[in-house]
Formats: sequence, structure tokens, C-alpha cells
Amino acid sequence: MADTSFDVIVVGGGPGGYVCAIRAAQLGLKTAVVERDRLGGICLNWGCIPTKALLRSSEIWHLMHRLGEYGMSADNFKFDIKKIVERSRGVSQQLSSGVGFLMKKHKITVIPGSAKLVGKAGGKLAVTDNGKVTEYTSKNIVLATGARARTLPGLEPDGLLVWTYREAMVPPSFPKSLLVVGSGAIGIEFASFYRTLGSDVTVVEVMDRVLPVEDEEISTLAAKAFTKQGMKLKTGSTVTALKKGADNVTATVKGKDGKTEDITVDRVILAMGIVGNVENIGLEEAGIKVDRTHVVAGKYGETGVPGVWAIGDLVGAPWLAHKAMHEGVIVAEKIAGVKGVHPLEPSNVAGCTYCWPQVASVGMTEAKAKESGRKIKVGRFPFIGNGKAIALGEAEGLIKTVFDATTGELLGAHMIGAEVTELIQGYVIAKTGELTDQELSHTIFPHPTLSEMMHEAVLAADGAALHI
Amino acid sequence: MATNILMPALSPTMEEGKLAKWLVKEGDVVKSGTILAEIETDKATMEFEAVDEGRIGKLLVPAGGDAVKVNAPIAVLLADGEKLGDVNIPAAMSSIKDAVKAVAPAAAPAAAAPAAAAPGAGGAQQTKPPANDGKRVFASPLARRIAAQKGVDISALTGSGPYGRIVKSDVENAKPGTKAAAAGSAASAQSGFATLPDAKLFYKEGSYEEVPHDSMRKAIAKRLTAAKALIPHYYLTVDCNLTALMATREALNAAAPKGKDKVPAYKLSVNDFVLKASAMALIKHPDVNASWTETAILRHKSADVGIAVAIPGGLITPIIFDAQTKGLVEISNAAKDLAGRARDKKLKPSEYEGGGFSVSNLGMFGIKSFTSIINPPQSCIIAVGAGEERAVVVNGKIEVATVMTVTMSCDHRVVDGATGAKFLQTFKQFIEAPASMLL
Repeated sequence: MADTSFDVIVVGGGPGGYVCAIRAAQLGLKTAVVERDRLGGICLNWGCIPTKALLRSSEIWHLMHRLGEYGMSADNFKFDIKKIVERSRGVSQQLSSGVGFLMKKHKITVIPGSAKLVGKAGGKLAVTDNGKVTEYTSKNIVLATGARARTLPGLEPDGLLVWTYREAMVPPSFPKSLLVVGSGAIGIEFASFYRTLGSDVTVVEVMDRVLPVEDEEISTLAAKAFTKQGMKLKTGSTVTALKKGADNVTATVKGKDGKTEDITVDRVILAMGIVGNVENIGLEEAGIKVDRTHVVAGKYGETGVPGVWAIGDLVGAPWLAHKAMHEGVIVAEKIAGVKGVHPLEPSNVAGCTYCWPQVASVGMTEAKAKESGRKIKVGRFPFIGNGKAIALGEAEGLIKTVFDATTGELLGAHMIGAEVTELIQGYVIAKTGELTDQELSHTIFPHPTLSEMMHEAVLAADGAALHI
Repeated sequence: MATNILMPALSPTMEEGKLAKWLVKEGDVVKSGTILAEIETDKATMEFEAVDEGRIGKLLVPAGGDAVKVNAPIAVLLADGEKLGDVNIPAAMSSIKDAVKAVAPAAAPAAAAPAAAAPGAGGAQQTKPPANDGKRVFASPLARRIAAQKGVDISALTGSGPYGRIVKSDVENAKPGTKAAAAGSAASAQSGFATLPDAKLFYKEGSYEEVPHDSMRKAIAKRLTAAKALIPHYYLTVDCNLTALMATREALNAAAPKGKDKVPAYKLSVNDFVLKASAMALIKHPDVNASWTETAILRHKSADVGIAVAIPGGLITPIIFDAQTKGLVEISNAAKDLAGRARDKKLKPSEYEGGGFSVSNLGMFGIKSFTSIINPPQSCIIAVGAGEERAVVVNGKIEVATVMTVTMSCDHRVVDGATGAKFLQTFKQFIEAPASMLL
């Protein structure tokens, strides 16, 4: 008989869950993870990682078309969507096995199956695997069941013509035309991938601009770049109906002006946000509050039931893997009684979108900062002023900083352009360490790097940028 | 019911003081009038009496406790039959946590320093870690900046960040109690003074002896910096011929009755005449005998004249109140008594706070002329130089006369140039013809 009693059982082996388990094990707690599918969750298997593999292929394809700029030529190059997908699956497979290895290394028991809280008091979990139910006891249960794509009436995926990220990740054939509903990170990344490989892509966004959570200036620049690439953007618009044909779909799109038009495409990708996986995990029986498909948790992941915690996409925004991982660490440390654990500060969580050009940001947008009533100063620096960007042949983009003019606090930073997803962490460190404009100004950035633009964007807030 | 004994305010301007010495111990029964402790302010040491009767349950501030805020609990007084256990000491203690920084002598200067260094608005300004028992204070740059702007003493905060680092939220949640409340620092923050560089940067360690500030040095630095920065000073200089005054003084001193020990009953100094002449001129010129407030000028009805007295480690300006009603001998004796008690640090705050005018005399050191910083809330101060023989031109001829140069510093908000000049003219007439003071 396998061991059924633990200090911590984490429900869900995604980035929040498996990181929580590792941290708990590091702190000497007897830990288990329940996973109904594959370790690594959506992130490793159906999200962050495999899309990055896909996007890498499309990036290379894009560069192939620019070989002339770099003094090279090639003929007859083509792509095979099956092989691109194969590579992406291979990357996921490798990393998922890696998580399995990490579980072994930390002596974490992996329990296959679906878990459900038993009763009101916490401490008990029923795991169903292939119809067989096993009851486990644990002083602490961490719910990390994640989220899935949101669907709306009339906008339901069928897995064949109407996709979610899951089908979009593994296309059996390459769609010649595509309608993407929703221009958040997921929608835009797929739009970018398919457009770059040559699909005729239309993006419908209900808000008045694409990437609507980003700073407006960055949104505008992104829209300009996407349009230049041939992407069709329909903002302020909604899809009111989907009519499926034999191998195509006709979407009725209602525009800003209230007029409707029909667009016929090979495939539709629904990317209208996510909903938390709150069903069938015993939340109601335990009396755990749910608000709009997400568990209402305290700042340390407390659910109100002693010993039951919740983290990641299951709880509040931002719905990002790195936020889930950090919450996993916080909860594990809280459980172990580590002193001085701080709650997660959402304004210090960066968001990255791996479209082309990339978009990355942290903290307040310029508009939000203004709304907050602060006196602010804004710095901007374009890629065209940076030597490394020009050498790379990536001279389009912008880095923007928003500071509190009185205290010098870095309120937000917003970037668009090559490799900005790798740059944003510099500002995240600055925000977490509470560095002000002065420390950033006095930081010596290595030359020649793209990161010099981050320095210049800080200097620019005082009108002191050097290379513009 | 148990009551907290609070740190007394020994003067209207006192913000904090040092609990120099306890004269009671825990368990002692006290009644109204029992001397509980000696409290040291920047200028004086005073005895602190019990108001109620009871038993001392707990001394909350150790002897030597520096920078104890006014109205902070310093001891718990138990009523008849009450035990210490009945009283919520932790509550009392926590309420003084902010007010008392134990016996750390270096803690107090930090209280004022960040506020004084506050920049106008986010200007490029380096904030140095404030002293905290000489230990480095770990705080994020943002926390430092906000603390400086809010006037919060960062060394008094407890950090909630990694390794106890003080972060933004610690400063934002800090009670404003650690603020340096002086008008001077608030105003200097408004006017946006640049900070002076730390002098230590310029000298090799070990090449100097470091003399930590005592409370008087801190008070001098704070008050005079504020006075010189905030009061629009201007200066008027006049020469006074002392020939007649010297003769009068000699005659009066010679006539002093002698006691059994052959010590004369009085010995008038030139400065006594200066004090008398000042008092009489002030009554004639109420415009000068005045104080500035934001809404009105206060014209004082009596001539309360301060005398700057050098004492070991600093100076103090005790006041001869109603000097216009006092004769030369009375003024002379009062000045001697005040100066003597000032040197022994036995003055009461009521004897050196307020006043309408001050006299600073460096003539005994051979100083010919100098300028003084106005002593607020007063509006004018005269700087008196040495009476010395000089060649003067009288009716077209050069003569030798004893001359004294007097320079008056005026607060232009209160005293305009002509007003000040007329006062000095009257003063000069009294000095040059001392008999006119009898009129």
C-alpha cells in the first residue's frame, strides 16, 4: 500500500504546483503532487513553452526572407508544419520529463488522477484514477488546478475548425486563412506565428486596441507593425456567429460602426481569455469562495479553510506562469513557517508577449500612472538610436519608462521590439529592489547591447538621453 | 487606576529632552511634589515633580534616555493597592517605541537630519544613510527618498524587507511622529536648500578628533540655521563716542557704597549702559521692539532685553525683563546673576525664551565690529564692539576719543531701514549723553 499521508499535497502539476512541491520538499515537508495529465501543466505542454518553440520556427522563417539584408541568399527554402509541430512537441516532452526528474530528485510522490477535497475541514483529498478512488490525508492541500480557455455562447471550439490554443498548437495542416478572436498575449502570439508563416490572419478584438492591457503607445506601435506585416486588425469588434462549412468557417463580425460583415477562413482560434478550473475539486463542499471562476484567496493563498491554499491561474490575475511559480514558493514557505515571507506584489510581475515584434511590460501604464494622481515623468527611447539594434537589423521598437516625478519610483516600463522579453527583467529587479531613477541612471549598462536602451529610456525621463 | 507619567514640556518650544537621572526607583511611594527625575533640555537641566500620589510601578525610560519626545510615557504610577500585573505595560511600552530611542547618543541628530536635507521636489540629491549608533541603516533607495521627503527618520524604522531592509511600505506606514516638527526644517524643505557635503569626506580618518554634538550644539545649529535662512537680515552700523559715558561710569563706580568686606555694592560695565540705553530706545521705538507672525506684527509693551552669554560648549541668551523699569545697578546685578546661572546651566526656560531684543557684546575680546544672527522671535540684535581710542574729527580738528562700533541686525519683515536707523540714532544719543537717560 502506497503512502497516503503527507505534510503537503499539491493538486495540479503545472508551474505553480510543481514549484510549490519542490519548495515544500526543500523545506523538509513530505510532499506529493496530484496530476491528471502531464507534469508541467498547460505551460510546459500546451502553453508558454511549445508556443515559444513554434515562434522560434516562424522567426527563422522570417529571417530567411531577409537573408539578402545580411548578405546571404538561398533558394527553394520551405517549411513543413508537421516538422515544426514535431519540434515543438519534442521540446515539451523534454521539459515535462525534466519536471518528472525534479520530482524524483526531491522525493516528491506523484499521484496520477483527479483530486477533490473531502468535507469542510480540509486535510482530506479523494483522488480518482481510472475509476479507482483513493483517500489521502495531508495537513496542507495546495490547489493549483489552473485554467482553460474561455468560451462564449456561439463561440465554442470543436477541435477541428474552431480551435483553442490546444489545437492551434498542433495543426494537422497549415491553414491558409485564420481568424483569431481576442488580441491578448495568446491570440496575438498565434496570429503572429501563422501570419509570419504566410497565413492570411484577421484578428478581432472587442476593446478599442490590440494587446489592450499594454500601454496605449505600445499597443499603437504593435498594431502598426502587425498591419505592416499584413495582419488585419478589427478592433472594437465582436464575432457574433460562426457558421461552419466543410473545411472552412464563416464568421460574422460586428464592427465599431455596428455594421456586420462575413469573413470566411479556414480555421478560427478562440483566445478570449481564460476561466479557472474550479469544478469538481470540492470547493463548494468545503465552502471556499469562488468569484467569476477564480478562487478568492488571501495574499498568501489562504482559502479560508485551514490548511487549504490556492495559487496560480486558479486564483486572481495576472494569469502568468511566473506569478503562479512565485505563489507556489510563498505558500510552501508559509506552510513551513519560514519567517519574513512577503506577499506577491502584482505591480512587479512582468508580462511578455512573444509576437513579432515582442512586447514586454511591468507596472503601471502611462495612463494608469496619470490616473493615480501622481506627478509623473516619462522617458522614451527608440531602437533606431541603439547600435546593437541596428547591427542586428532590428531597428524598430521603443522602450518607455514611467517614473513618479517626486519620489523617482519606477512606476512602469513598456517595451516593444526585438528581445524585449529578455530585457524587461532589468526593470523588474529595479522595481523589486525599489531602485529610483537615480540608481538606474548611475548603472553602467554594457555596450553594445540592447539593454543600453533601458538606460537611455531612464535618462530620457529627465531629458538627458545621450544617443537621440 | 494606574496612570502613565508623561515626559513634561519644560518650555513652549521643547519637543524632546533627555531623561538625565531618575530620583525615584520602582516601588517608591511618591506624593505630589516629590522630585521624580532630572530632565535635560537643550539649554537647561530641570527637576520634574510628581503631580499625583501613588507608587512607581515601572520606569519605562532608562536614566540617560536621550531624545524622549514630549508627552511620551516615561513611568507608570500605580494607585493604592494596585499591582504592576494589573497594568498593560506592553501597551504603554509600544506607545513609546517611536518616542524613545533608548540611550543611543547618536540617534537624536538623525531625527532632524533627513528633514533638513529634504529636497524641493525630486531633485538630484544624494541621500546618505543617517547615523544609527554608527551602524549602517539598510533601506531601499526609494524608501530613503520618500523618508527624506516626508521628514521621516529612517533610522527609527523597523524594516520588513529582506534582512530587515527598510522598504517603501515601511516608510509609508511610518507614523509621522518621527518628523522633525520645527518650522525651520519645514520651511527649509520648501525652499529647497541643497545639502552640504559631509565634511568627513575631506579629511583622512584619524586626522581629527570627533566631538559628538550635545543637545546645545544641536539646538544652536538648528535654530541659527533656521534664523539666518528664514529671516531677511540687514545691518546698520553706527559709531558711538563713549567719552561722556566713561566719565559717568567712573564717577558712579567710585561712588558705589562698600560693604563690610570692602566689596563695592555694584560695578557698572559699559554693557550695562548699553542694556539700559537699548531698553529706553525700545520704549521710544515700539516698531523695533516687535515680533513677526504670519498674520500680524506683535509690538511688545515692555523692553525685555536678552544678553548673549558665552557658556562652556555654546551660548545662551537670558533676558532682563522689563528693563525699561530698571535702573543701571539693577540691570547690572540682574545681568551678572543671569550670566552666572547660565554658566551653571541653572536657568529656567522662562528666563531665556521670548524677549524683544538682544545685545551681543564681544568688546572684551577687542573685536571692533561684527554682525549677529537675529534671535527669533525677536526682530533685532545689536553687536557691540570694543570701546577703543580712535582719532575722531570734531569741529574740523582731529581729537582722540573712546569710540564703540555697534551693528544692528534687523528683520526686514518687521523693521524697515529708516525705522531701524531712527532707533539706532536714539540709542546713540543715550550712549553719548548718558545723563539723558535720566529724562
